[in-house]
Amino acid sequence: MNPEGFLVLSAILFTIGLAGFLLRRNAIIAFLSIELMLNATNLAFVAFARFHGNLDGLVAAFFVMVVAAAEVVIGLAIIVAVYRSRRSASVDDANLMKL
Amino acid sequence: MINLLETPIPAPTLEWMLLAPLFVLLGVGALGILLEGFLPRGTRHVVQASLAALGILVALGLTILNWIQEAPSLAAMGLLAIDGPAYVFWTLILVVGLGGVALFAERRVAGDLSAFASSAATVPGSPLEREADRLRREHTEIFPLLVFALFGMLLFASTNNLLVLFVAVEIFSLPLYLLTGMARRRRLLSQEAALKYFLLGSVASAIMLYGVAMLYGYSGSLALAGVADAISAGSGSKWLLLGGMLLTSVGVLFKIGAVPFHAWTPDAYMGAPTPVTGFMAVATKTAAVAALMRVFYVALGGLAWDWQLLFSVVAVITMLVGATAALAQTDIKRLLAYSSIAHAGFILVGVVGAVQAGENVSISSVAAVAFYLLTYGVATLGAFAIVMMVRRAGGEANGLDAWRGLGKRNPVIAVLMTLFMLSFAGIPLTAGFIGKLAVFASAWEGGYGWLVLVAVVMSVIAAFFYLKVVVAMWFQDEDDETVGTVETPSIWTWIVLAVAALATLVLGIVPGAVLDLFASAAQFIR
Repeated sequence: MNPEGFLVLSAILFTIGLAGFLLRRNAIIAFLSIELMLNATNLAFVAFARFHGNLDGLVAAFFVMVVAAAEVVIGLAIIVAVYRSRRSASVDDANLMKL
Repeated sequence: MINLLETPIPAPTLEWMLLAPLFVLLGVGALGILLEGFLPRGTRHVVQASLAALGILVALGLTILNWIQEAPSLAAMGLLAIDGPAYVFWTLILVVGLGGVALFAERRVAGDLSAFASSAATVPGSPLEREADRLRREHTEIFPLLVFALFGMLLFASTNNLLVLFVAVEIFSLPLYLLTGMARRRRLLSQEAALKYFLLGSVASAIMLYGVAMLYGYSGSLALAGVADAISAGSGSKWLLLGGMLLTSVGVLFKIGAVPFHAWTPDAYMGAPTPVTGFMAVATKTAAVAALMRVFYVALGGLAWDWQLLFSVVAVITMLVGATAALAQTDIKRLLAYSSIAHAGFILVGVVGAVQAGENVSISSVAAVAFYLLTYGVATLGAFAIVMMVRRAGGEANGLDAWRGLGKRNPVIAVLMTLFMLSFAGIPLTAGFIGKLAVFASAWEGGYGWLVLVAVVMSVIAAFFYLKVVVAMWFQDEDDETVGTVETPSIWTWIVLAVAALATLVLGIVPGAVLDLFASAAQFIR
């Protein structure tokens, strides 16, 4: 099987995620972009697992999903705490410290 | 075609004794969370702090016992390599963890209040927060969080598998993100630091994970040895390999705080509660350097020509940015943050050499870097313990102007701080000097003479801002408006300070025994 198509798709998704993280100002959207990057990686893992014919990549995808879920818990807790203090989830507003 | 039903997954075999330190930490962390639900509020602080300290002590004892008794071997189905470097770095990280517990538990400097928010969930300045303050609520979950972070760091330092690399980095990062946002004073700053640290840390981990996926795609294996074998076999796409190497290095360099992935360091160090800053400045760096060396020496050793060039460039920029940006700082925590960036550069100088232990080798890279981390670690913990003690009107006085004339007001503390600063700067007769000597020697041996010359120049530049602190303490008059008083800490913080000062002196004068010990345990297995 040729995994190329899946890898190209995964690279595109990863790039969209990275671009979203760099360009969007809302912390929730930035965080969502990180999750997109993780899922793009999962796609790459699964495509490579199929290509190599072993299970390692599939197992990796499961672990990544679990870790991503844990990350969501911590991330949303921090973002909600910041939002409640500042009434804003924009990453541009969080600028008390510079250089 | 893979058929899961026809090939049942065999149960893993675990080396319980080798893995015991990990299990102890995991168990103590989980027990701490459980106790949080049952113990009455008044007793939690003492119980949690003692439990964490005890757990770390047991883990440390088991690590040393295994180090003496057991031969280096792979564990947990080859996922972890419990070898000499693993023991060295585990010991370092656990000792730092003990110091971390002592600093976390410090309440005496602030009039019986910890450095952590009484209730991190409340909005800063709200009636709820005042109510929590009035009831003297406190978060005792900080101790289990610290233990979980330690667990992740040990995993990270001994990973023999690229997937474990990613899982471990998240295990130790997630508790640190939370701890960063829990400062009692200047909570908006603290929350902002947590947000920045979390977003940047997560994106760095995601980039690293894509690198892992590419290396897996190249080699068909997640094991470090599998990647190394695929490189020496030389099949597969070179682009996958190089891309995977680059992206994987991003995540680890981020954790070390190397330029250009250093932007989070000053903000996270400044916003986090000072005990957390001290702990993560040392422990994160130690674990990440251990993982960096393991991945690049063991798995990507065949690519050494490529990554040595990459890391030497990163090292030069890191030293330059760290040393020059620190000159402009007026806040002691930000100054120490930039100093830690500069130190990351010096550590990378040692990593670049990539000298294996052998017949005609004076010092191997792993031993040199481990020794450097030890000297950096003791001085950093000590310095942050002192930062906790210099206070004004209820909070820490972190501005450098508060440190003026400290030598007259409290000579003991000023002498200790001077000692740590001189060690950072690498002045002879302090541990920092031997540490610098060791990493420079190993880089020289690896054929990177030009890098050593650059690093020596950089360490001269870096000495300036450490001397700035020393000059402020001894040669400047105090200003009544900004003066900070030195509060007396509890016995545990004194112990941390005493051990740090003693280690800085002893390692600076008679480093032979420790250097020999590290040199004897500098061989990675695969």
